[in-house]
Amino acid sequence: MSPLQKTAAIILCAIFLLMVLATILVPAPYARQFRDAPNARPSTAHPLGTDALGRDSLSRLLYGTRVSLLLAPAAALLSTVIAALLGSAAGFLGGRFERIILAATDLSLALPWLFLLLTVRAMLPLDVPPMVSVVIAFLMMGLLGWQASVRVICAAARGVRDSDFLLLARSSGCKPARLLLCHVAPNLRTLFYAQFWISIPLFILTEANLSILGLGVMEPMASWGNLLRGFEDFSALGANPWRLVPLVLLVIVVMCFQLVLPSQEVTQ
Amino acid sequence: MIRRVCLVLVLTLVSCCPSFVSAESASQSGGELHFCLHGEPKTFNPLLVEDGQSETVRYLTGGVLIRLNRQTQALEPALATSWKATPDGRTITFHLRTGLHFSDGTPFTSEDVAYTVKALMDPQLHSPTGDSFRSGDGQVSVQTPTADTITVTFPAPVAGLERLFDQVAILSAHSPKKEMAVLGPFYVADYSPGSYLLLRRNPNYWKKDKEGKPLPYLDSIRLDIQRNHDIEILRFRRGEIHIINSLDADLFDRLQKESPAAAHDAGPSLDSEFVWFNQVPTAAFPDYKKAWFRSTEFRKALSLAINRDDLARIVYAGHAQPAYGPISPANHFWFNSALPAPKYDSAAALRLLTQAGFRLEGETLRDASGNRVEFTLVTSTGNKPREQMVTMIQQDLSQIGIKVNMVTLDFPSLIERITRTFDYEACLLGFTNTDLDPNSQMNVWLSSAENHQWNPKQSKPATAWEAEIDRLMQSQASSTSDKKRKADWDRVQQIVFEQQPFIYLINRDAMSAISPTVIGSAPSVLDPHAFWNADVLRLGPDPSLGAQK
Amino acid sequence: MIKEEKTTKLPQNVLRRLLFLFCLGIGGAFLSATLVRFAPGYGVQERELDPRWSAQSIEALRQKQMLHEGLALYYLHYLWALAHGDFGESDSLKRPVRELLRQRLPVTGNSVVRGLGIAWLAAALLASLGLASRGWLYEASSAAFSSLLLSLPSAVVAMLAVQLRAPVFFAIGVVVFPRLHRYIRSLLVRSYDQPHVLAARARGLGSGAIFWRHVLPVAAPPLLALLGVSFTIAFGAAIPIEALCDSPGLGQLAWHAALSRDLPLIVNVTLIVSLVMFAANSLADLAGRAFAGSVQ
Repeated sequence: MSPLQKTAAIILCAIFLLMVLATILVPAPYARQFRDAPNARPSTAHPLGTDALGRDSLSRLLYGTRVSLLLAPAAALLSTVIAALLGSAAGFLGGRFERIILAATDLSLALPWLFLLLTVRAMLPLDVPPMVSVVIAFLMMGLLGWQASVRVICAAARGVRDSDFLLLARSSGCKPARLLLCHVAPNLRTLFYAQFWISIPLFILTEANLSILGLGVMEPMASWGNLLRGFEDFSALGANPWRLVPLVLLVIVVMCFQLVLPSQEVTQ
Repeated sequence: MIRRVCLVLVLTLVSCCPSFVSAESASQSGGELHFCLHGEPKTFNPLLVEDGQSETVRYLTGGVLIRLNRQTQALEPALATSWKATPDGRTITFHLRTGLHFSDGTPFTSEDVAYTVKALMDPQLHSPTGDSFRSGDGQVSVQTPTADTITVTFPAPVAGLERLFDQVAILSAHSPKKEMAVLGPFYVADYSPGSYLLLRRNPNYWKKDKEGKPLPYLDSIRLDIQRNHDIEILRFRRGEIHIINSLDADLFDRLQKESPAAAHDAGPSLDSEFVWFNQVPTAAFPDYKKAWFRSTEFRKALSLAINRDDLARIVYAGHAQPAYGPISPANHFWFNSALPAPKYDSAAALRLLTQAGFRLEGETLRDASGNRVEFTLVTSTGNKPREQMVTMIQQDLSQIGIKVNMVTLDFPSLIERITRTFDYEACLLGFTNTDLDPNSQMNVWLSSAENHQWNPKQSKPATAWEAEIDRLMQSQASSTSDKKRKADWDRVQQIVFEQQPFIYLINRDAMSAISPTVIGSAPSVLDPHAFWNADVLRLGPDPSLGAQK
Repeated sequence: MIKEEKTTKLPQNVLRRLLFLFCLGIGGAFLSATLVRFAPGYGVQERELDPRWSAQSIEALRQKQMLHEGLALYYLHYLWALAHGDFGESDSLKRPVRELLRQRLPVTGNSVVRGLGIAWLAAALLASLGLASRGWLYEASSAAFSSLLLSLPSAVVAMLAVQLRAPVFFAIGVVVFPRLHRYIRSLLVRSYDQPHVLAARARGLGSGAIFWRHVLPVAAPPLLALLGVSFTIAFGAAIPIEALCDSPGLGQLAWHAALSRDLPLIVNVTLIVSLVMFAANSLADLAGRAFAGSVQ
């Protein structure tokens, strides 16, 4: 691993550790409103100050990190599994089947996914606990985010299909299902891992975008997107620079995820 | 060679780079007032107006018989020099100004007023303005004995008849331009959908100032279509627009820090925010919850447990006041001053709940059957003050052991739940009131009406107090004595205070931003706050620049 | 002889492909419309909360809102009207959809094309600079810069654009650029490390000749494919960015249509968006394959 990748990996581990220790480190419950001190400056009681309702910003940041960093990989896993199944089937079977799957992928890209999320939200029963609604939000993102990886996996599967060992297996009388599961999929494993790893920061960013638009994690739960909502007031940011900490943390984590990947793109 | 390529690319990139547009200079020539609409006006026909943007256009272009002065809250003659209503409230006679013309030169006579009234009262026309006059079934008869007198007779008495004519802009009966020929201070000169609307001064406007100079002073008004409130305030700061008619509390504070002369807080407005519980018998939640929501003590206890001062202080940065009831204290005549101020007392709330059979076990409140008291409060997405209020109410009620879940829904889904499926438990919404006379709220208080939000369209009143409110509504609608109507409405406010079907939270202030270059502005609590006197507004040199135009 | 067969089949293939794309677009549009029709909140309007309306007016309003015919019939009527060039009328904006599209499509098209232009120029520039200097410092800083841009949520980019009064296409360019840069850089690096390039350099060919005759033809097919994909990305990013920056383009129209459950508008906007994206992808695919074919 290059020095850059090592640094990125160390930073990620540190943040994961912070997240796990959140309950011990946190100064106050994330939902508790200190109504005498809304928008307060950093102090010993509130190391990162308080938000507009007087809730401790550091607690909300630590809990938000937990929500985003635990659920984004789950969504990434779901989307990678779907993309892997569809992509390898398309590339392996080829011909009309491949065209249909790729067309369906393009089709789902054109659908108004934002509207779909709105709809799912509106259809959920109202007495669903907030944590469950957060999990459902990330699940929906996973179900809607698989399109980007399908083409890449399909191209790779096509390559494997034309390889010699597969020809040998097929000529030995191997059934297609077995070919797919035992020969094609294992060879694409590194690609699956790479796609999974790339998807995690994408879902973190998607959640941030959705929460800024008001469709993400519900109050009073904290998430990075939620914490970024008060960002329209840039002049106030100049006076209160500590409010940038959630954005800085988001950018650092996403960058680290991208840099850690041992990509073929970086040459020595 | 690569370096040459790089050079070429750099040059191309630099030339493509956006030249970041510099702000326009703050001085304006030609007296064009500039401000923003938050959406497209849906119609230019003044009879069909139902959204805020069309209403702004109607206010600036329409000529009305009687104008409500937004500052003094008194009625003033406009196109009618005088008027007289009969004691039974069914007939009104207007004496009109003579020698006036529409913006395109067509002469103005009583025929035009007759045409407008008949079109408004056409049963096929569905509009809020027309419906306000519809107090009973039957035809409206209009007589025009002379060119400058007109008598209108309604089938049933209309409460507050004269004030309603402030909404009726007179259309021309004969002009080829139809609704685009107007009698107001401005007329629509240019409309680019999605972009802007240009209004030019009407040379035939009837009003003159004290020295006899024809009004309006402004040459034109340009209304840009701008949905994003942050971009709007950015443009105001840069001097591109002169007015922001309605500001949110946090934007107001931002502006006040930078230019205190531009930020105006006219005091509490007529708008209110409130919470109510679903009392529809067929709602989809368990019966024990229905019992809670129907219990008066439950509702009163929750009202006592909510800290309204904190809501006003934190969510609205002090630019709001705790609300007493359906009528805001800003409505001097109709507000019941005998009402006690809203109190915050968790201990008293707990006592009331204990009386009603609830008991506090540790941190949780349980009802008589042992069920945990927990409900979901829905509100609309994208409205930050409402979301913040629900979050604060969550904490307030958790102190008496009640767990509140918040769900935000987009408006259409929310409206479907509260008006069609009734699949919700409690809701927090606000009411934007444009009318001083509470008669326009009748459909909220009649138990058989659509907007009786907690239990709409009842075949007969479900409770005794709702029956009493029904009776009071009928009484005030058919009465013409303002004193008697006020007594009825005072009693309604008293009942609402005792029963808390709506738990009123706050009345927000009327905040607007007016650039110091605008001369003659006098922000009011009634809409339109900043430009109700658009015909006497002028643009002058920017005092901060200290330069002459 | 095989070549003749290929050339005669080409227009047929193109036509078949176009027809397929169009059907796919229509399918996507109808799918979205069905979703909207059966989503909660269809046929309900904010005006119903206004207490000034009488009961009869509300009833009349509700009748007007309802889709009197079934959804299938509505689709048939829509297709019939579309064949005559009539896109229908928007329910919420009360204007013919054709007029709305005609106003807004150029705005979005403009932003997307200019944004893509800036992104490609910047990516090409940085990649070339990287080739010129292959030091680790340049590697690390360019990787970090492009990762930084990639890490900003597009909503934040839009808000920054509003603050700095940068035009919308700049925000779109900023969102697309990092995705292009990495790929172009790795592609160029790999192309330059090919054995035939090494051989050409050993023979003493000038860097210009190497680039135009040896590197570019090999790199062209994936680059063209990337062009199609970048167009899709830019178009997709344009929607939330336009909505946030209040630019009167297709993105804002799509957002408004979804929120107000305006069926005619949704069908048409989805159709246009899907057609544009499919066309971009297909063109890129075809161009890439044609180029690869001619090289071989």
